[in-house]
Amino acid sequence: MLDSVLVANRGEIARRVIRTARRMGVRAVAVYSDADAELPYVREADEAVHIGPAQPARSYLDGAALIAAARKTGAAAVHPGYGFLAENADFARQVIAAGLTWVGPGPEAIEQMGDKIRARNLMERAGVPVSPGSRAPVTDVAAAVAEADRIGYPVMVKAAAGGGGIGMSAAADEAALRTAFETARSRAERFFGSPEILLERFVARARHVEVQILGLADGRVLALGERDCSVQRRHQKVAEETPSPGVSAGLRERMLAAAVQAGEAVGYRGAGTVECLVDTAAGSFVFLEMNTRLQVEHPVTEMVTGIDLVEQQFLIAAGEPPSFDPAAVRSAGHALELRVYAEDPVRFLPGPGTITQWEEPAGDGVRVDAGYQAGNTVTPFYDPLLAKLCVHGTDRGQALDRAREAVAAFRIAGPKTNLLFHADLLASPEFAAGDYDTSLVSKLRPR
Amino acid sequence: MAEVRAEMVANVWKVVAAEGDQVDDGDTLVILESMKMEIPVLAEGPGVVTKMHVAEGDVVQEGDLIASIS
Repeated sequence: MLDSVLVANRGEIARRVIRTARRMGVRAVAVYSDADAELPYVREADEAVHIGPAQPARSYLDGAALIAAARKTGAAAVHPGYGFLAENADFARQVIAAGLTWVGPGPEAIEQMGDKIRARNLMERAGVPVSPGSRAPVTDVAAAVAEADRIGYPVMVKAAAGGGGIGMSAAADEAALRTAFETARSRAERFFGSPEILLERFVARARHVEVQILGLADGRVLALGERDCSVQRRHQKVAEETPSPGVSAGLRERMLAAAVQAGEAVGYRGAGTVECLVDTAAGSFVFLEMNTRLQVEHPVTEMVTGIDLVEQQFLIAAGEPPSFDPAAVRSAGHALELRVYAEDPVRFLPGPGTITQWEEPAGDGVRVDAGYQAGNTVTPFYDPLLAKLCVHGTDRGQALDRAREAVAAFRIAGPKTNLLFHADLLASPEFAAGDYDTSLVSKLRPR
Repeated sequence: MAEVRAEMVANVWKVVAAEGDQVDDGDTLVILESMKMEIPVLAEGPGVVTKMHVAEGDVVQEGDLIASIS
């Protein structure tokens, strides 16, 4: 087993990874920037290394500084968390070249899945359903118009190297496409360093459903159920649940089988997520993209399966079998995750601030993965996620009841938060009925 | 005379409007960047931009003056 790990991340995910490492007897090393010295994860690690100033490019995105920190502390492995360098194949290669264990999939799998066009083509060849879309990068507006004519409107315009919903928009006609293309291209260059754009057929009434996969050290790929991530604002998730109320047993079986095929096609090792779009009217699904890392919303899967996914990541990275019997995975009950952001609950605009009060809810089936506590300052340098409020119940009704109580009991003062949005979400008839799609937030918050 | 101020600590990513521009309610004046998000700062009524108080790359604090419109 690994004896030590450097967690190349910050906030709630660093804290969550450190918690499992320590439980397993793995020495945990935290890294922190000037902005994060006071956060709980820094104190809870066995050791902590200052790696640079607040700007991500000079701290959490500085691969050389991270590897130097691992060397200095004698850490045997690097866990990247999510975001930052988690899906950077070059960083994974540098970690491996430094003689350290990379707690994640092989750099080739990261690279193959990191380019959305390449990933789509690969999935299509592996027999995984994909939507009509680009097989090669679209480089100019004229090519985009021709491509959209071939695919059929409405189309979704995306950065091939992108993620996090940045620069993504839907276009219903040629005029809208021209605008969407320019926006996507400038964002793609600025945020992802590549101007490559792809077009895909846009599905109007869709649910965003993803499958958790785990590639074992012996080469087998398992699917550990799905998560419904249709509650989104700005194409970014705010609440997730498992099982999905919009997926039938038959559809689930097909999606899980396709996700295993997807993982096998790239020889996947470790925890990964296959994201799909489910057409609610047709009852069909298409592959969207694969995230080659631990997902933000992984706790809901842990709550229904009883499997600690971070523990499996460590075991797989060490070449060991998982802690559970792959032939006897059971899913029990229902789980929800509500992302508590430092943003206003109406326009969803983020804002930093010092936390003057922080009281987490507790009780049966309640889990809070938090990055902050009272006295900490939320700074403008990183994304505004404060905590993930996760709730489990024996069925969806009980999970919703527990979630409503937990949201009401969560007290945060200082920065603005979206807790009131979550209260509204849980009170809405559509969400309560489970009958919703990716347009739900815009219905709850009409402009 | 209307003063447009920053709602939060942010970097000024793009200055869209220039001094002398005629703007309408809802027109974008500058785009700020904070917490991994682009936040457009909009004109709250029609007028002429008399002064832009920020440049691209500046860091603004909550309440800092961004533009004057008359």
